[in-house]
Amino acid sequence: MKVLAAMSGGVDSAVAAARAVEAGHDVVGVHLALSEAPAALRGGSRGCCSREDAADARRAADVLGIPFYVWDFAARFTADVVDDFIAAYAAGQTPNPCLRCNEKIKFSALLDRALGLGFDAVCTGHYARLCTNLLRRAVDDSKDQSYVLAVLTARQLAHAMFPIGDTPKAGIRAEAAQRGLRVADKPDSHDICFIPSGDTRGFLASRLGSRPGAVVDDVTGEELARHDGVHGFTVGQRKGLGVAAPAADGRARYVLGIEPVTGTVRVGSAAALDVSSIDAGTPVWSCGRAPGGPVPCVVQVRAHGGLARAVVHVDGAGVRVDLAEPLRGVAPGQTVALYRPNPDGDVVLGSATITAAR
Amino acid sequence: MTYLDHAATTPMFTEVVVAITEALSRTGNASSLHSAGRRSRRAVEESRERIAAAVGARPSEVVLTTGGTESDNLAVKGLYWARRQADAARNRVLVSTIEHHAILDSAQWLVEHESVDVELLEVDQAGRVHPETLRAALARDPERVALVSVMWANNEVGTVNPIRDLAAVAHEFGVPLHTDAVQAVGILPVDFAASGVDALTLTGHKLGGPYGAGALLLGREVALTPLLHGGGQERDVRSGTLDTPSVIGLATAVELSIADAPRRAAALAGLRDDLVGKVLATVPDAQLNGDPGTGVVDGGPSRLPGNVHLSFPGCEGDSLLMLLDAQGIECSTGSACTAGVAQPSHVLLAMGADEATARGSLRFSFGHTSTSADVDAVAAVIGQVVDRARRAGQQASSAGRR
Repeated sequence: MKVLAAMSGGVDSAVAAARAVEAGHDVVGVHLALSEAPAALRGGSRGCCSREDAADARRAADVLGIPFYVWDFAARFTADVVDDFIAAYAAGQTPNPCLRCNEKIKFSALLDRALGLGFDAVCTGHYARLCTNLLRRAVDDSKDQSYVLAVLTARQLAHAMFPIGDTPKAGIRAEAAQRGLRVADKPDSHDICFIPSGDTRGFLASRLGSRPGAVVDDVTGEELARHDGVHGFTVGQRKGLGVAAPAADGRARYVLGIEPVTGTVRVGSAAALDVSSIDAGTPVWSCGRAPGGPVPCVVQVRAHGGLARAVVHVDGAGVRVDLAEPLRGVAPGQTVALYRPNPDGDVVLGSATITAAR
Repeated sequence: MTYLDHAATTPMFTEVVVAITEALSRTGNASSLHSAGRRSRRAVEESRERIAAAVGARPSEVVLTTGGTESDNLAVKGLYWARRQADAARNRVLVSTIEHHAILDSAQWLVEHESVDVELLEVDQAGRVHPETLRAALARDPERVALVSVMWANNEVGTVNPIRDLAAVAHEFGVPLHTDAVQAVGILPVDFAASGVDALTLTGHKLGGPYGAGALLLGREVALTPLLHGGGQERDVRSGTLDTPSVIGLATAVELSIADAPRRAAALAGLRDDLVGKVLATVPDAQLNGDPGTGVVDGGPSRLPGNVHLSFPGCEGDSLLMLLDAQGIECSTGSACTAGVAQPSHVLLAMGADEATARGSLRFSFGHTSTSADVDAVAAVIGQVVDRARRAGQQASSAGRR
């Protein structure tokens, strides 16, 4: 097959490309330039769009002996991922930009261009397994990225290749070293790539400015504090609420809900965070069609953690998820990923966007 | 492989490789006083004389450097500092919009660090600077102009500038003119003295010589403040131990390329016109950018003989480059990169092209090893490559609307 390997400059995508080459595919490496001001990120070695990362990707491609190009997707990335991220926070939601990047950039804009140019597949260094069109969790549970891939359609998955999901991270690093790839011991990137400082709140404040509002008690409606904008809060957050007086029961307060129009942040007890039922819309089914009847599942509501057993009911254009055990930190706008439990690795059934949680 | 990127770098002549290789095993710092030093100095000075003779300069006017970027930086900053030192009012620098980044970024550096006013000289649709444009810019405030820099022949679209006329206009106002002639020397008739320019950049690897070796031709009376300080080896305007083997290689390449220039210019122009004709026959809406090459400028052709620069509507230059690379054809989008990302060419934008056209362009450049087989190789695949790149462009834009 003709395979386009997306190479971020990290160890995972380098080994993924190496494995695609070794499997006998005709591989071309492409680094996506995602920052509209790459010079400004020259020092941001933890981001995925610095010059250093592009150079690392190029070096890895040279070692593999494959052609390598840098493609400019900065405008698309800004519109579809960064602006979407900012708008979601402004709307009181908690977006996952990696998920959006997979959905809109890597397996949409990039994949479409690749197919147009005669490639058969896009290969990435995501920790997930894809065999006979079934998307499964990675072997390395701590690195599993199937959640941020659960938004992909059957068509997108048909042209995807995730070669490293069958190996733990430590094994990937060892393999990189053995293959002579200099990125073998390059530190993992943990932060959002377009916020290399890691200061998400500062980034949002610089984009959204000050939008003052009140922090109120969910039960009494009492105003407990003022804040500079709802974008500084996510549902389930405990720290940084700015509330001086302790709660009547002496327990910690959590963000329970965010009302972007009025700028109100409702806070209350941990128990009030628990949800037992989730409504979600615009589902995507990894196999291409909705399952019939109620489906016993494991659901996941964020990239790491947030797992619960559940029964999923397909309901017209949406799904209702009845949780067997309560989940916390569930907010509208988040993606709920649905898995069919399997001892060989849970299989992704699909995903949907949370509209309400009770 | 079909190598059509001679404007980026052209293969070294065999004679150059031999001359450098022989020189590499001989010890001697050209600044030393003992016999090894004298031997090295003699080789350097003979090389300097050969270069001077080939380009119509005096030996003392050849300042040896590491190449085009150093020579351009030295000319722009060095001339500026020297002129401002003589007259503090001279803080305007005039450069054309189609310069190489070695000039544009040097000028921009002066803006940011020396509070210089840089004025960009507009070009016509072919990418040419008109003497009247320069005259108008100079006349606005002649007492404040430190220098003018206009390239001899453009590296992207191949258009040749009327350097002799431009130098004459600059001199009417008592202003020195520098020209970046790295694409011109070795293929166009370049005579430093006859051109009237005050400083001229040339480099080895564009004309069959070594990488990292070039010169700034600098008129004897022209004052210039050095960038590199130290031993004062080159007329006290450029310090650093000379790379004797490379200097010998540079001189050999300058001599050989210039001696053969008339024959090669005719041969390359034939290949160029053949390629343009064959591409346009297959892709009728492709468009040749720059001067058509039928005119005469300063006794030479109006377009670089080996330069083909084409826009392919509906295509991304990146896609075309990759697809041709996969077919064994090596060419260029011709424009500069930022962090590896091809930027829409500032040259095409200056010529009035829109951004999509500027992005959808390719440069094929011929050189001394090119043959008609290279033309045939491109002609055989350009149709399918353009079709494919267009489909990729359409899919990407329809995905964008989704």
